[in-house]
Amino acid sequence: MTAKESRLVVREEDGIIKVSFLDRNILEEAYIQQIGDEISALIDDATNPKILLSFASVEHLSSAALGTLITINNKVRQKGGQLRLSNIDPQIYEVFVITKLNKLFQIHEEADAALASFQ
Amino acid sequence: MGESPQKTMVIPSRLAEVATVQNAILSDAKDQGYTKEAIFAIQLALDEAVTNAIRHGNKLDDTKNVTVQYTIDDQRISITICDEGEGFDPYEIPDPTLDENLTCPSGRGVMLIQAYMTSVSYNDKGNCLTLVKNKECALPKNSE
Repeated sequence: MTAKESRLVVREEDGIIKVSFLDRNILEEAYIQQIGDEISALIDDATNPKILLSFASVEHLSSAALGTLITINNKVRQKGGQLRLSNIDPQIYEVFVITKLNKLFQIHEEADAALASFQ
Repeated sequence: MGESPQKTMVIPSRLAEVATVQNAILSDAKDQGYTKEAIFAIQLALDEAVTNAIRHGNKLDDTKNVTVQYTIDDQRISITICDEGEGFDPYEIPDPTLDENLTCPSGRGVMLIQAYMTSVSYNDKGNCLTLVKNKECALPKNSE
């Protein structure tokens, strides 16, 4: 297996790590594992990680992707950090509602509102 | 309108094969004029069901196959997914929406399938799952 190119766009501004996804589908398990590992590394490198995940380009995700988001959320909280999600397509947001994960995650319609919510 | 012919796909138990099944079935659904919402639902349910068959049913043993049979017409799509495993009881899966289970990373696939399909049924052994989606019933059954 060759080293894979990152499938994330990561920018850090004012102490907040902004992450967005290059691909429309977060379905394939190998891909989900890769992005989970990449985001975990960002959390490991930060003291009190403040992370914004933007789903602006994402059209599909699976329960395995939800599982990875939960793992990321648990890890951020263990480090005293904060995680926000934004720009989620209405169809995907419905998946969060059905699974009640909209209660677990702090989800904002737009990135600006998500950024303003960091403490 | 006559009965649509049944199509069969047999794939080895490799997760990369999930996309093969999705692409074939979603292509047929698009050809039949299924809405974006219905396509979303079918793609999600297929991803969960075929992944479960490969991972939990056949335990990633690529000498074992997953068989997918489906019919589709302008009324509904019916998909049966069988693995070579011992089967399982879907009612034994803990409710992932309970507060105490919300931070558990797994266990949501079956409930998503049930939410997005018109009907879901299992054979007695629990190793074959039949998904039905009516074309005009695109919205998920919200668990609220």
